[in-house]
Amino acid sequence: MAATTAPAPAAPDRPRRRLGRLERSAVLGVMVREAINYSSFWRSSTFSSTVDPTIYMLAFGFGFGSLVSQVAGYDYIDFVGTGIVATTVLFSGAFPAMYSTYVKHAFQHTYDAILAAPVDTEELVTAEALWISARTGVYGCVPMLVAIVFGLNPSWGMLAVPLIAALAGFGWAAFGILIAARSKAIESFSYWQSGLLTPLFLVAGTFFPLDGLPEWVQALAQANPLYHCVQLVRDAVFGTWSLDDVWHAAFLAVFALVSWRLAIRFMEHRLIL
Amino acid sequence: MTDAAIRLRGVVKRFGSLTAVDGLDLEVPYGTCVGLLGPNGAGKSTTMKMLTAQVVADEGVIEVLGHRLPGDSKQARAEMGVVPQLDNLDVSLTVEQNLRVFAHLYRVPKGERRAAIDRTLEIANLAERRTAKVDELSGGMRRRLLIARALLHRPRLLLLDEPTVGLDPQVRQELWALIDRLRSEGVSILMSTHYIEEAERLCDLVTIVSHGRAVAVGPPQDLIAEHAGGEALEVYGSPARLAEVEAQARRRGWRTRRTGTSVAVLHADGDHALDGERRAANLEDVFVLLTGEEIA
Repeated sequence: MAATTAPAPAAPDRPRRRLGRLERSAVLGVMVREAINYSSFWRSSTFSSTVDPTIYMLAFGFGFGSLVSQVAGYDYIDFVGTGIVATTVLFSGAFPAMYSTYVKHAFQHTYDAILAAPVDTEELVTAEALWISARTGVYGCVPMLVAIVFGLNPSWGMLAVPLIAALAGFGWAAFGILIAARSKAIESFSYWQSGLLTPLFLVAGTFFPLDGLPEWVQALAQANPLYHCVQLVRDAVFGTWSLDDVWHAAFLAVFALVSWRLAIRFMEHRLIL
Repeated sequence: MTDAAIRLRGVVKRFGSLTAVDGLDLEVPYGTCVGLLGPNGAGKSTTMKMLTAQVVADEGVIEVLGHRLPGDSKQARAEMGVVPQLDNLDVSLTVEQNLRVFAHLYRVPKGERRAAIDRTLEIANLAERRTAKVDELSGGMRRRLLIARALLHRPRLLLLDEPTVGLDPQVRQELWALIDRLRSEGVSILMSTHYIEEAERLCDLVTIVSHGRAVAVGPPQDLIAEHAGGEALEVYGSPARLAEVEAQARRRGWRTRRTGTSVAVLHADGDHALDGERRAANLEDVFVLLTGEEIA
């Protein structure tokens, strides 16, 4: 039986640091969780994120490449080997963000645990997107490295590719989180995948140049972040920088910023009742 | 600075047409263990979630460790530990890795993380399972790990949401010993439960909740003495006999409570007009008398 109420001890006055908004330590803490988890499943994750785009590249490179040798002034394998970054950005950015966010929220209740600690939704979403972005930056280089084996000439500009992939990866990771936050069931991901992500991925200039397509498609492509990602990567690898690249980079940055803020807003709606 | 670790005044939370919490008052004085006792659906879990601002109240005032919620909830969360009802450990990680992640989230300084993990493993009696994966642990060990996780940053306040639900009686006893130890070390505790015995054993104060509001507050023994008297008389018999006993008790101004095959007559202390088994009155009697609901 519990003893009767003991005299209440005075509240201990431990000096506590005042916590701010979007704290680095909170973001890092969530990323530590991701990193530790990743250490147990990196093999499967690396496999799907690198083998998928590589297969696409080899299939198109050899299959289509036997019909056309030059596209838009490039060897076809060089054209695909650089454009395929857009696929990686989807496969290792958007898709993992969608699924892992949904699973961690709805099935594993991980976010309940994290938000009971001094971590806000803003920090949680930022950390998740940053982590996936870093992974995308690394995975984005893999198809390019494979393309080097098949004849793509190495260049200094290639060093910019992980940064481009990471920037695009951040935007798509945040977009994936946003999709998960808006989805009532994991099945509804199909609508997003087939209705939005697959078309975007096909009109990004990855497998064929867009100048042959109807003008309205070309106009739409200007609103496609994957298209801007592909253009930046090609200009970096082939050293064909121009003023257009400022526009491409700015588009990716705005896409990342808007997706990030919206992902936070929608996750707050989802997590805080 | 208030003198209570937790203070709720007139708190209301609605989910659509459902009012989960309906004008709840609740107080946890520093250094005490308070039980939030009520049946499923009384609003206990919603209340617990409001204390971490994962549910935001529609009306009323919530203060935790002197911080006003939801605005200052992050500060409050930094100074308290939360043991959820639903196991949300990372099952593919080891015991130690689970603690390491939360040592980061709770901002334990770099040089102190290892010691904090060792200390909580010791408290939770899990030191030998340090490298085991969570999905290899028993239900009781997982619950102890959840408690260890909530203690990494030496919180002044601990929230326990149904800490022993679904556990074997023996495992439950172990957890009670652990909770009692924390209480004796001066940690303020708010524990929601629908186990009467748990509340009677561990809590200095009990707040009985029904339909989202507090219907009685006080030390368990006082509540029992006040509402149920010292002793209950348990009368067994045919349904007709039980109805007769109820009528008889009503005439004499005693309160009764049907429990399946028997009628418990309360406040009949020392009266020998009725034949039955005498037993000590308990919190369950109080609860049923106050709310008309059976609890577990």
